Amino acid sequence: MKVTLWGTRGSIPTPGPETARYGGNTSCVHVEGDDGTQLVLDAGTGIRRLGDTFARPVGRVDLLLSHLHMDHIQGLGFFAPLYDADAEVHIWGPASTTQGLGRRLTRYLAPPLFPVLLRDLPCELRLHEVPCGDFEIGGFRISAAMVCHPGPTVGYRIQEGSRVLTYLSDHEPALGLDRFEVSELEPEWVSGYELAADADLLIHDTQYTTQEYGERIGWGHSSVEQCLTFAQLARVKHLVAFHHDPARSDDALYGVVSGAAQEADLPFRVTAGAEGDVFKI
Amino acid sequence: MPQQAIEMILTRQLAAHLSMPTFLVDAEGRVLDFNAAARAVLGERLEKARSLTARDLAALFEVRDASGRLVPSEALPLVIALEEHHPAHARLHVIGEGDALREIAVTAIPIVGQGRRFLGAMAFFWETEKEAHA
Repeated sequence: MKVTLWGTRGSIPTPGPETARYGGNTSCVHVEGDDGTQLVLDAGTGIRRLGDTFARPVGRVDLLLSHLHMDHIQGLGFFAPLYDADAEVHIWGPASTTQGLGRRLTRYLAPPLFPVLLRDLPCELRLHEVPCGDFEIGGFRISAAMVCHPGPTVGYRIQEGSRVLTYLSDHEPALGLDRFEVSELEPEWVSGYELAADADLLIHDTQYTTQEYGERIGWGHSSVEQCLTFAQLARVKHLVAFHHDPARSDDALYGVVSGAAQEADLPFRVTAGAEGDVFKI
Repeated sequence: MPQQAIEMILTRQLAAHLSMPTFLVDAEGRVLDFNAAARAVLGERLEKARSLTARDLAALFEVRDASGRLVPSEALPLVIALEEHHPAHARLHVIGEGDALREIAVTAIPIVGQGRRFLGAMAFFWETEKEAHA
């Protein structure tokens, strides 16, 4: 499969010269299967540019939402296939305890926040609530599970043959734990572990430094060091640091991620995710 | 071991930070965990609970009512929460730390997660004698 990053920033878009290298668009990842199956992970602002690259006729596109915080759906209304009458768009995402996925999406895709109603979109739109057990899209087998982040939030494990991509864009597995170290952790009790176990590529939240995490416990994100520990526990082969803090400049981001990775002496590759990065697994 | 649901992971983490003794059991009634406060009240017998079910706890702690009669397992609040899916409360006597008879109050609640999945139950308890003398 081919994995392309279209938005790597967390919380809010951050255009500007200080974020030009890693990008300022919020979460969006495109996954293309060997059979041509098209998956889009999250609808942050990066999805607008991605949508313009789809060849016509678009056919079927599956959009997998991790959760419905604004930085993960802000670009949804600007996703070109939604306005293509010949496109078949499937949106997968979590319901809440009181509202279904459709009703939750309508809170954004409706006036006064957005002029076009979800029901008025010309594409053939189908909604699916997750988690719903394992499911298949084209040649992909997909698992979704709730993970630790405020509000209903899922992570995805996407498997094609023997190759595995895991997407945990917003994730705080260290919440409530006194020590988050591989030797102290029981995998059964670590949020997201099963989704990430032995993944070839893990895309994971690294929003904070250790110091910042101490001031933002419970906000739903990880420090770079916590993410490295999680990736080591799960025995991943390649980690992509993701959901960068909006206040982090390119130089600071490079320093935080590469510094932590060098210090930890890890048995896997670490890449600070940048818009336009492509990974083939 | 399969991964625990996030609701159970967060419940366990909550329990680890509480001074109230707490038990956590899965949907099949297996004891998943208890916190340090529970260990302080119930003592070494508690270690045996890890391989037991909620129904086995009545025998393990020789649970009795106010008149000294053994309490059947189906009357334990934790078992009621598990099997009838509603909260339950009781005052009981148990053999705890130091093999001493202790009077405790127990409140158990079912744990229903996202999508109305029934995931298990948790029980909180506290010593009523200490409460009376506090």
